[in-house]
Amino acid sequence: MMAAFIFVVSVVIFLQFFVFYCRSLIAVSAKQPLSPEVQEVTGIQRAASGDDFKRVMQLLHLCPERPEDRKGIQAVGAYFQLLNLVASTVARWIPSTKSWTDSERGHCTYFAAIALERRISFSREMLAQQMDS
Amino acid sequence: MDRRIRVPGTLQLLVWLLCTLFEIAVIVCALKKGVFRRYALLSIYMGASVVVSLARFRVLTGYGYTSSQYVYVYYYSDALLTIFLYFALANLYAQVLSELKAERHVRFATLFLLAATALFSYGVVHEASTRLISRFVVELSQNLYFVGLVVTYILWGAILKMRETRTQLIQVVLSLGVYFSLFAADYALRNLYPSMRSISIPLQQVIGCFLPLAWAYTFWYIPEDARTVPARLATVSR
Repeated sequence: MMAAFIFVVSVVIFLQFFVFYCRSLIAVSAKQPLSPEVQEVTGIQRAASGDDFKRVMQLLHLCPERPEDRKGIQAVGAYFQLLNLVASTVARWIPSTKSWTDSERGHCTYFAAIALERRISFSREMLAQQMDS
Repeated sequence: MDRRIRVPGTLQLLVWLLCTLFEIAVIVCALKKGVFRRYALLSIYMGASVVVSLARFRVLTGYGYTSSQYVYVYYYSDALLTIFLYFALANLYAQVLSELKAERHVRFATLFLLAATALFSYGVVHEASTRLISRFVVELSQNLYFVGLVVTYILWGAILKMRETRTQLIQVVLSLGVYFSLFAADYALRNLYPSMRSISIPLQQVIGCFLPLAWAYTFWYIPEDARTVPARLATVSR
């Protein structure tokens, strides 16, 4: 009985912490500007749309991976899936959540674009180091 | 009786190696970015985790994955590390409540919580089980993680109330909340279904990678002076 109670409470609190944690990751990247080059590659000019997330992630996977940002990208990817789930279930009964999920999905795309920018500059640095040596 | 040693597979070894490397990365990132003193207890906790990882690996290779020796070392070291994490959590409380000069109260509350959790776990197991020691350590770990989760949740409430804006501190606390909740849920599941022991430990090793990675990311990428409004993270904008 006690274990079942702990399990249920832990899962509920986990969901809360997970959402807040992902939003804190996204909030940090939202303050960083995108370079014109990445804007052109991703097609994000002003506000990012959730519909572009898959495409930006595909571009991200084309770049050499950095272990430091892997967990953050995975966490935001899982958060994006959670938002899709909310959009296709809860938003049908509560239409006001639709605009919130759309805006959050857009923020996820922007986070992925910033990660792409970091990976591109990391690849460039590696290439420059190789050229020097 | 089968006395063969069940050695860990490549995947399990890879998870162990990655987790240990991430733990070392936290200390390196904290030192390199000059936040080691601010988060000294968190960094020392990661150092202790590295030592425990090496000790577990020695027992693992000597006795095998499913041996009772490994299970005992795993759960007891886990309980000790969680107790250490309580003190790191108390340090985070002291940082958030620094304006209130409440360090002494925080220390007292931490010790009280630890003693109460251990006594409660002992009481529950004493009533219900004949295999006292082995059940006690699983029950204690489950309760320690759950109390840790509740304490982290209260700390998050304090961050919202005190309008704490340091992004590093916010991300450290939130990742700790994710970590405690995943572990508490896993232990509870293990307690509900004891036959899941063989899945529970590998699952915990994967979950265990989350905290060092999240902290390494925070120390490396988030500048010390970065600010976030926590209330914005907790509200749904319409």
